[in-house]
Amino acid sequence: MQGLYQQVILDHAKERHGFGLAATADAHSHQVNPTCGDEITLQVQLDGGGDGRDGDGIGGSGSGGGDGIGSGSGSGTIRSIGWEGQGCAISQASASLLSDLAPGLTPAELSERIDVFRTAMRSKGTVEPDEELLGDAVVLGGASRYVARVKCAMLAWVAAEEALLQLDAR
Amino acid sequence: MSTTDTARTPIVGTTAPEALSSPELLSAPKPLSAPEVEQLRLDFPILAREVNGHPLAYLDSGATSQKPLQVLDAERNFYLNENSAVHRGAHTLAAEATESFENARATIASFIGAADDEVVYTSNATEGINLVAYAMSNASLGRGAPASARFRLGVGDEIVVTEMEHHANLLPWQELAARTGATLRYIPIDEYGALRLDVAAEVIGEQTRVLAFTHVSNVLGVINPVAQLVELARAVGALVLLDACQSAPHLALAVKALDIDFAVFSGHKMLGPTGVGILYGRRELLNALPPFLTGGSMIVSVTMEATEYLPAPQRFEAGTQRVSQAIALGAAIDYLSAVGLDRIAAHEAVLGQRLVAGLSEIEGVRVLGPQAGHERVGLASFDVAGIHSHDVGQFLDDRGIAVRVGHHCAQPLHRRLGVVSSTRASTYLYTTDDEVDRFLAGVADAVTFFGVRA
Repeated sequence: MQGLYQQVILDHAKERHGFGLAATADAHSHQVNPTCGDEITLQVQLDGGGDGRDGDGIGGSGSGGGDGIGSGSGSGTIRSIGWEGQGCAISQASASLLSDLAPGLTPAELSERIDVFRTAMRSKGTVEPDEELLGDAVVLGGASRYVARVKCAMLAWVAAEEALLQLDAR
Repeated sequence: MSTTDTARTPIVGTTAPEALSSPELLSAPKPLSAPEVEQLRLDFPILAREVNGHPLAYLDSGATSQKPLQVLDAERNFYLNENSAVHRGAHTLAAEATESFENARATIASFIGAADDEVVYTSNATEGINLVAYAMSNASLGRGAPASARFRLGVGDEIVVTEMEHHANLLPWQELAARTGATLRYIPIDEYGALRLDVAAEVIGEQTRVLAFTHVSNVLGVINPVAQLVELARAVGALVLLDACQSAPHLALAVKALDIDFAVFSGHKMLGPTGVGILYGRRELLNALPPFLTGGSMIVSVTMEATEYLPAPQRFEAGTQRVSQAIALGAAIDYLSAVGLDRIAAHEAVLGQRLVAGLSEIEGVRVLGPQAGHERVGLASFDVAGIHSHDVGQFLDDRGIAVRVGHHCAQPLHRRLGVVSSTRASTYLYTTDDEVDRFLAGVADAVTFFGVRA
């Protein structure tokens, strides 16, 4: 029990780093966990890309935002990840921890770390998450032993993965 | 082992919560005593197992019940001694299997006060509702005419459900409306989860062709006023389908006294195995309804051009049947009848009040549906301010307490109540006071553990 709900997780579930959405984003994704109805809307903002806070009027909140910055998954870095949604302590903490992890990474680097995270979460506790790559998010490793909760931990990361694919497609 | 039909009276809910001076008034029959429950529990070995280092407290019977040895033995005995296809073949095993299969049907029919040929085996309750909806769809295409004319739907016709339905009693009607051009309407609930009968009287009108509603809500635990809803439907000539999934296992269900046209319930929620459900239909309706699934063992004669179908129930039982499950369901109903549905209902009414009274005392807990002291079955769903149901459920599971979390396949109802999900504890004849008290202590501790989000 304490392994699943470490204090770091309970704190993140309350503080919810990155909570809140901008008017526009360089990429975004909405994900639902159909078993419980939990959902998240997640935005990726790139350095040099426009978002609503700059008031540059880039149309649409989809993947077509940051025109003219030449970003793809291989160039530029992520400035921030913002999100809104509701769910259990695991899913909320997971989104919060992801928001802490992402800034400064390139989309390609974040994509790689999402893969590392997924591998650990699907391992039923047999793969220790890599702290070098995942930072504080390793505390979510405890959830990998609870098969029913892996989806909760993955929700924000799946949303980020889909948003990154939109950047790739540009 | 079996009770008589006349011994059962329909249990009908009050239209609005009315204060009861004591839970005992909810049911006159004597609740099961603690020693009686302990004795019954010996028939359910799974209840003696440990979960996460604690004795299992199984409070998820609303999702599926546990099965007594008598039911497991019945299914095993079929495969050991009688296994054969039913309603085909002339050898001894085939005859014995068919007899056991049909005896189980008679047991089930007697249990709900129906005739044998008014009881159709389905895979589950969901299939039973889909059977009726798709048969009506087929009738709307002209199949089974002219006998099926009363089942035809089209533009201008209305299907009425309620805001508290399980998706199984909502989606089939949404789809039927979409296929036929009919309109789906619903009866809303009030803040305590009671159906708004004043609105029902307006929603149900001359255009209403079908009224489908649940007897007992799988989320709220409220018992709906069947008689008053049937009266509204009868006044406009609408067909009535009752979802009895949460009532048939726990309350006496007398289909004739309730004057309903169709009812569905599932075997696995009433001590039976998975894979078998029951559709009850009035004989003249079933025999006028076109088939849904077609295939073997449901015909009088077949040519390359056309087919004449058997009367009910065989016209709805195409293909190889769930024989062992049906026989085991018969054994489950014998078990329930031996204990007595009225005493089970009384036992669970007390447990339901204990659940709600205890939950109401925990800070931050909001009980969905009727409040403490008001009629409900042994089931209570609740929301804890700032704490997600999955976290509550996980915390309880760590102590060996099994509850349901999520939206319980009732998203519109949860949306109406302003929550995404809830935690649900549900009882059965084997549930003890101690299990309810462990659950209540667990919820209180979960509130402390997770704290309340500011």
